Amino acid sequence: MLEITNLHANVEGNEILRGVDLKIGAGEVHAIMGPNGSGKSTLAQVLSGNEAYEVTEGGFTFLGQDLLEMPAEERARLGVFMAFQYPVEIPGISNAYFLQAGLNEIRKSHGLDELDALEFRDLLKEKMDLVAIDHKFADRPVNEGFSGGEKKRNEILQMAVLEPKLAILDESDSGLDIDALRIVADGVNRLRSPQRSMIVVTHYQRLLDYIIPDFVHVLWRGRIVKSGGKELALELEAKGYDWIKELVPAGVAEDEG
Amino acid sequence: MSETEDTLGNAGYTGTRVEQSTREIAEMANQTYKYGWSTDIEAETFEPGLNEDVIARISARKEEPSWLLDWRIKAYRQWLTMAEPGWANVHYPKIDYQQQRYYSAPKREKKKLTSLDEVDKELLETFEKLGIPLDEQKRLTGVAVDAVFDSVSVATTHKEILKKKGVIFSSFSEAVLECPDLIKKYLGSVVPIGDNFFAALNSAVFSDGSFCYIPKGVKCPMDLSTYFRINAAETGQFERTLIVGDVGSYVNYLEGCTAPMRDENQLHAAVVELVALDNATINYSTVQNWYAGDKEGKGGIYNFVTKRGKCEGANSRISWTQVETGSAITWKYPSCLLMGDNSVGEFYSVAVSNNYQQADTGTKMVHMGRNTKSTIISKTISAGHGNNSYRGQVMVMPKAANARNYTQCDSLLIGDQCGAHTFPYIEVRNNTSSVEHEASTSKISESQLFYCKQRGIGPEDAISMVVNGFCKEVFDHLPMEFAVEATKLLNVSLEGSVG
Repeated sequence: MLEITNLHANVEGNEILRGVDLKIGAGEVHAIMGPNGSGKSTLAQVLSGNEAYEVTEGGFTFLGQDLLEMPAEERARLGVFMAFQYPVEIPGISNAYFLQAGLNEIRKSHGLDELDALEFRDLLKEKMDLVAIDHKFADRPVNEGFSGGEKKRNEILQMAVLEPKLAILDESDSGLDIDALRIVADGVNRLRSPQRSMIVVTHYQRLLDYIIPDFVHVLWRGRIVKSGGKELALELEAKGYDWIKELVPAGVAEDEG
Repeated sequence: MSETEDTLGNAGYTGTRVEQSTREIAEMANQTYKYGWSTDIEAETFEPGLNEDVIARISARKEEPSWLLDWRIKAYRQWLTMAEPGWANVHYPKIDYQQQRYYSAPKREKKKLTSLDEVDKELLETFEKLGIPLDEQKRLTGVAVDAVFDSVSVATTHKEILKKKGVIFSSFSEAVLECPDLIKKYLGSVVPIGDNFFAALNSAVFSDGSFCYIPKGVKCPMDLSTYFRINAAETGQFERTLIVGDVGSYVNYLEGCTAPMRDENQLHAAVVELVALDNATINYSTVQNWYAGDKEGKGGIYNFVTKRGKCEGANSRISWTQVETGSAITWKYPSCLLMGDNSVGEFYSVAVSNNYQQADTGTKMVHMGRNTKSTIISKTISAGHGNNSYRGQVMVMPKAANARNYTQCDSLLIGDQCGAHTFPYIEVRNNTSSVEHEASTSKISESQLFYCKQRGIGPEDAISMVVNGFCKEVFDHLPMEFAVEATKLLNVSLEGSVG
């Protein structure tokens, strides 16, 4: 479904990704772990099409299509969704309206009829119940005045409505207490399906207690230095990120200068 | 669950309104000014130039009583002694007032029309093309319209229905002849002839406009509106509007305007006067879409307008809502004189300046009565090389005990060649009053646009979404139809503003 090959990317002239290779099949959940600054969020941003990030080498395909030249909105219409680490506020625009606009763009691109306000409202209610979100969210301006936890839950609601084929969760656990974390994880788990692949980017193992990944990858200094099953996360938790330095192929550490 | 249902119901309602407009926006996104055509119609147009003789001829065309001609001449003589104001933050070449034409009217066979059937077919078609059908049967919405074409009103709809309630809604020229006492009493009572340079000019040469009188205790059965169309070249439009809300009356009034695309700048200097007596409410909404000039700043309307409302009676209320998108230069400060105790003045404004447009707009709230209250919400959007200034004055006079004002000025910048400025003047002479002023300036953020795009929304729609959200507080005060129109206009105005 997603195939990343030798991906190099810069932000503001600094090379952050230095050759990422990764294959993700339909329905698989891959966790990307790594210390701060290892390039986890950059990978998420690059995949979803943030133009502030520049791909300098390599690339990736999604469902056989080259995403690199495709603007963010077209990737989204194709089924790539990112749950933002820092969801953005759009004052004056209701959540319902925002989501309806997005969903209809996606539907249009697949030759489906747009949903009118009534049809959409029904769908939204159903999805809100699915991810246990109060119906009041529909009426509130996008993320404005939301608590940290509400913003993260709102991202999961958006994922539920837009039904992506590839969901990238960028630190959806950051800033959450244990109860909020459980709500977010429950929401995500309800959205797991054989047709939907997920990339779960996280710094901590604890999220993976709730969202059980099929694969775990450790990103360090812009490369995946170790991959394994869900037990790799536990091993990391036990040994700490210092442990991975020993695993790094010779020469990578010296790149830093 | 019923509470939740309600909440969702409301969301659905606002959603529909915006949804409707956004769908239309998508179609509009790649269009430019769509009202830029002109009508080829035989017209009587004066030679350029201004003197007492020209004024006498305007007055004669309208068969005005002599007192009005005297009034005009007095204004003209005062105007001659005045200088064009230079304090606004706008720049334009000196206007040669002798090069302007001061009267242009389509020729008609009969002097006085008795029904809409007698209106020139080309004029009816012109307004139909503008989306303002004058045929009452064709009007889907219950809004009465006075249609003004260059210097004259061509038709006023729904007069009969209004008459039953005692509401007078007619062209200004007609009102002068039919209800001279009201005109004599109120004309110039809010904006005196020598108020300012442009008001004096308007008082001397004003051609047509609308007059409304809402009698005691009457809630106007439908919204009233005037649609102004400039057609003739090199001709200024100087309209005059007067609305009088008698004791306990209520009216919503809407104003719209367009002009052809021409390379020369055209002058528009209007005066609007509102009078609200005890317990009367007047809501005045404007969607100003004159021609803004081209991308290089060539052409466009100079919009120099004086609008003022007098809350004369106790508990009266005047609310101005304006969406200013269309002029090359906007110089406009719809104001409220809060004389009656407990009277309320409101000003809600969205002003857009893209390309080389300049806007210097705001309001003046003068608190004179006790417990008077005013609210100012100003949203300015600058893009391209546009320059936008908010200029507002809040005055609390010594007798205005417990007066309250709240002012909020927000500026949104798109790109890095544009400018936003805020000039608040606050003068408080009563220590029981409270005046609040908040101001913010923000740039449309890349992160907002990326967020929208990541949800499948294209860049043009993403901008319109962020901008419309920014303007929501003001659009909420517009009647539904106008809110849709305003949303569309905003998009056309900002088209191409983000590269």
